[in-house]
Amino acid sequence: MHRFANPARFLRLARLIQPWTAAAMFACFGVGLYLALVASPIDYLQRDTVRIMYIHVPAAWMAMQTYAVIAVASLVSIVWRHPLADVAARAAAPIGVAFTAICLITGSLWGKPTWGTWWVWDARLTSVLVLLFIYMGYMALWSAFDDRQRAARAAAVLALVGAVNLPIIKFSVDWWNTLHQPASILRRGGPTIDPSMLKPLAVMGLAYLFFFITVLLMRMRADLAAQRLEAAAERRVMAQEVPA
Amino acid sequence: MSGFLAMGGYAPYIWTAYAVVAVWLTGLGLVSWRRMRQLEAAADALRAQRRAER
Repeated sequence: MHRFANPARFLRLARLIQPWTAAAMFACFGVGLYLALVASPIDYLQRDTVRIMYIHVPAAWMAMQTYAVIAVASLVSIVWRHPLADVAARAAAPIGVAFTAICLITGSLWGKPTWGTWWVWDARLTSVLVLLFIYMGYMALWSAFDDRQRAARAAAVLALVGAVNLPIIKFSVDWWNTLHQPASILRRGGPTIDPSMLKPLAVMGLAYLFFFITVLLMRMRADLAAQRLEAAAERRVMAQEVPA
Repeated sequence: MSGFLAMGGYAPYIWTAYAVVAVWLTGLGLVSWRRMRQLEAAADALRAQRRAER
């Protein structure tokens, strides 16, 4: 485990794979947007609004996946005190906010023409809104402490407690029979949607995933550089306080 | 082309949704990229300076 804890090793790896993840992201967005907006058929009930699904559903997947990454990294941080785990968890949070907000906004823009309402206090919608608040609380907690170690510890505890929301989101459509439709892809018995619609969903999902990896690596590198600068500033202060 | 833009009458909803995704993800990507470049440049400059002082 600690072989990967070396930031120098991580930085080398990040610089190596980042151009590839960025290229894969642009390629997937290109193909995915073409499939979603041009090549895919209209739905017999949703008509053209089904095209919102191709940016909405993968955003929901990524909102939960990003939170899972933060929760696992927080566990690693608490149990093994891995120095990169906190960096990864902190770097992932704004990406999670982006995907969660995109999920809620695009869902709302789909709901108005299809359900006839922008918003209902349905179990799925409400639990995703709660996820957004947990993300925001997590980020606020990080910036509430001056001491990085304490901030990391408090944020990690919040991230682990908040993880109970993930199964609630996933199973909300089965537990409470409210407005949001149940799963049609990640379900027992296989997907129930047509391949012509599954393909744009999958490619857009990959585009979001490569976006996540690329931006996560950039934010982790920024955080590590910020820590180096901070450590240097502290050394300077100590050198001035203790006259030789 | 105008048929494509009209999206079967759902243009406001669909294009707004895609615009939200484009603006948010591009914004987050660019901000993260610029911050990484600035901080890494500053940290590298500091290291070079310390090496020169030695």
